[in-house]
Amino acid sequence: MAKITRRKWLVAAGTTTAAVGVATLAGKTRLKAQEATPASKHNYNYKNVSPRELIQRRHLPNVELITQDSEKVRFYDDLIKDKRVVIQFMFAQCKDVCPIITHNLVKVQRLLKGRVGKDIFFYSITLSPEEDKPKDLKEFAKHHGAGWTFLTGKPEDILHLRKSLGFFYNKPKEDADRNNHSGMIMIGTEPLTRWAHCPGGSKPEWIATVIRMEMDAPLKGSVNGVTQPDVAFSTKRPVKESKQAMPAGHMH
Amino acid sequence: MTFISKRNKRWEREKQQALDNRLELVKEGFTRRALISMGLMTGAGVLIPKVGLTHPSVGPPQDFSSSTRTQCDFGNSPQPAQVFVDPMPIPPELPSRPLTDPGLQFGAPPQICPNTAPNPANNNLPFEGRGQFEGLPRPGTDCFQFFTQYPVQKYYVERIRANSNFRICSDTNIPNQLIWGFNLGGSASTDVATFPGPTIVSRYQEPWLIRRFNELPTQSQNGGFGVPEMSTHLHNFHTAPESDGGPCRWFFRGQYFDYYFTAQQAGFASTHAPNGDINESLSTLWYHDHRIDHTAENTYKGLEGFHLIFNQFDTGNETTGFRLPSYPQFDIPIILNDKLLDPSTGKICFDTFDFKGLIGDVQLANGKIQPYLDVNKRRYRFRVLNGGPSRFYELFLTDPLSPSTVIPFWVIANDGNLLPTPKQVTSFRISVAERYDIIIDFNQVKSLIGSHTKVRLENRMIQDDGQGPTCDVAAPGTGIYCVEFRIGSAVTDNSVNPATQPSFYTLPSVITPRITRHFEFDRDNGQWVINGEFADCGDLRFTVTQNTAENWVLTNPRDDWQHPIHIHLEEHQILSRVDNNGRYDSRSGDSRTRTSFGGNCPWPGGGAGISTTRPGVPNVEVSRKDVTTLQFDEDATVFFRFRDFRGDWPMHCHNTVHEDHAMMLLFQVQPNVIDNNTEP
Repeated sequence: MAKITRRKWLVAAGTTTAAVGVATLAGKTRLKAQEATPASKHNYNYKNVSPRELIQRRHLPNVELITQDSEKVRFYDDLIKDKRVVIQFMFAQCKDVCPIITHNLVKVQRLLKGRVGKDIFFYSITLSPEEDKPKDLKEFAKHHGAGWTFLTGKPEDILHLRKSLGFFYNKPKEDADRNNHSGMIMIGTEPLTRWAHCPGGSKPEWIATVIRMEMDAPLKGSVNGVTQPDVAFSTKRPVKESKQAMPAGHMH
Repeated sequence: MTFISKRNKRWEREKQQALDNRLELVKEGFTRRALISMGLMTGAGVLIPKVGLTHPSVGPPQDFSSSTRTQCDFGNSPQPAQVFVDPMPIPPELPSRPLTDPGLQFGAPPQICPNTAPNPANNNLPFEGRGQFEGLPRPGTDCFQFFTQYPVQKYYVERIRANSNFRICSDTNIPNQLIWGFNLGGSASTDVATFPGPTIVSRYQEPWLIRRFNELPTQSQNGGFGVPEMSTHLHNFHTAPESDGGPCRWFFRGQYFDYYFTAQQAGFASTHAPNGDINESLSTLWYHDHRIDHTAENTYKGLEGFHLIFNQFDTGNETTGFRLPSYPQFDIPIILNDKLLDPSTGKICFDTFDFKGLIGDVQLANGKIQPYLDVNKRRYRFRVLNGGPSRFYELFLTDPLSPSTVIPFWVIANDGNLLPTPKQVTSFRISVAERYDIIIDFNQVKSLIGSHTKVRLENRMIQDDGQGPTCDVAAPGTGIYCVEFRIGSAVTDNSVNPATQPSFYTLPSVITPRITRHFEFDRDNGQWVINGEFADCGDLRFTVTQNTAENWVLTNPRDDWQHPIHIHLEEHQILSRVDNNGRYDSRSGDSRTRTSFGGNCPWPGGGAGISTTRPGVPNVEVSRKDVTTLQFDEDATVFFRFRDFRGDWPMHCHNTVHEDHAMMLLFQVQPNVIDNNTEP
């Protein structure tokens, strides 16, 4: 595309008063802008807000979701806050990548030796809330032997959640393809503001290693005797998690 | 403009207009703050005049809820009231230390195999991070290769620390920043970490060892991003895996890691024993964190620094050897970074939930927002590094009072490798991790700009998002100014005049490869892939026979992403670049067949033209390289030797956000192994 000049732009802008004003000022100020002047007064209204809270506000909405057991839960309060989590998007009718990734995660669950549902929480969130009712998700979980929490909800809440978590494409066509959001899994330790991704199509051994590294690495070292306290697991287990299904019998 | 679907075209056009207009206003001399105070721009970067000016920022038309409009995002950063008011910092040189230094004696002095003894003061983790994975020692691994043949002559220490009082400008509107960086090696708390880190200066044939300590604060003190597990890569010295600082060899808080370098050119244990091929000499390198899955946030946090290497030709003294401008007075490194500042706090922010790439609206050079540099009327060597995370630059010299004046200068090195002879250019395009050494003759510049006294390094590459640049270059004077050079008096200049076309190194010969392998860099279900596979520290994808040569064909099948591909171990040469116009259109999600990108895709070469012997390769890329940018729909064929060392190295995208999302593979080099997989 041709680069527009300011002159062209002024024409395009209909030479409104404001635009002309800018142009005139710009011409006068151009030279001055290069000269050093004392810093002007503080003009920004900064707030003393913690990085953790900023991440919560921007990326971890407290939308209401429904588990495969038809329980209502709040995304941030019940599922994310103070926890080590693995988050993934899927849909029950997915024939492309989801079954592979769910299958991988079932293996990962076993490789993590009983930690899933205990100090690491897995969440699979449907991309098709219109179709996927709790019973569909329960059936999907049972079919795959997936012993963790599956979630659906209001379509607008799921969309908001997906985009807040960074799962979107700039091109509407690509964004509309659910398969494009089913590949990457998120791994987070919310109280430590530590977030990472791992392709769900990786080998289960590697996915398990990445999860273990993400969860355990912060606790390993110390400098001058200062060690990261295990804040992620110091809080009590949420009520909801006690109902996490055990792996289905046929998967042993 | 990138090829875009019809559906998006109108929006794309409006968005571009909004950006262009805003840039024009800003570059005319207004800062965002000035416009806001005049009521012409809102805090979100929206220009108030109508008609094509309303797009809020250079981002997608997302239906985010209102809460996300205060994001850490392009167009939202607080800005200083004035730019070009701070001098450009020049990083201090890292001092060498005697072996008796307490840092070098901590635990045990440097030894050939890792010091895996448990440190009771550090949760019984091994003293040294070398030779471990997940904190568990792997006995017998990662002993230094060639350690006894090339004894260490210079020792260094660096301590990786946090610094919460770092200034990116003097304007008090912008608060102190928390960075992580490298210090000068001292244990005192007054030896603070800086960004960029200290410059390390070495000489070929003087083997060196650097002990790095991880003294970072705990994970929860990261300020919102960054993980305190370190792996420091020397990009791109000819280094064995145990000292290369690759993605899978990180160390924890409280540990140290010894990095040993033979200081020999490639070929030292094979084709050109015992000191290597002089024509494989590197000069401008950089060191940076490489922790797998977290490189983008960790380097963005400040873990980057220069490493310069001199030899008997590139001496650092303009009266000897190639007579390049003397270091450090007239030989100056410049690292460019773009940042975002959080609109809520004024602090540098990074979106760890994004996996497409980050584009900042605050431009730094050597850690300061748009600084100035006083120069004399003579030749200077600038070593320009794109420190990322995702932006591509096309850099010009601009007289801000007469932007249309064309100001030529000279490229002398690409990725730190001196070209056979200098090339005169009017611009160069530099993607993440690439380096361009340039010579600017300010005496000549002064004759072009008459009574004016300032020229600026200007980025005219238009880039909308982290995916890659557009094909558009902004009009002169409407881009982003990165550094202002203020030209002072004339002083003695004994450096070589590039116009006399001095010869530097000759390009190493390109021999018949043992095998040609193909690698496709693509996106699949929202995951970055190379040949359909992902990064995996446990998966060495293929084996190269030691001391052989191969051709690798690197393919980008997409017309909406670009990837700077970095390959460790040795420098490579680009043999050809082929634009596969239309070949992959069916995969891009757009049905229309592209006839041409238009604009400046592929890059036409900055005025130095395209090679007549290497198809499609700009003349300034007829060089040794360690980063090859894959432009839209492009096949690049590179020639690579694999000499001297054994072990594993990565190839990865150096858009650090893509890299962290698994666009990486590991290969290994072993003797007497024949692996004929052409699409590993």
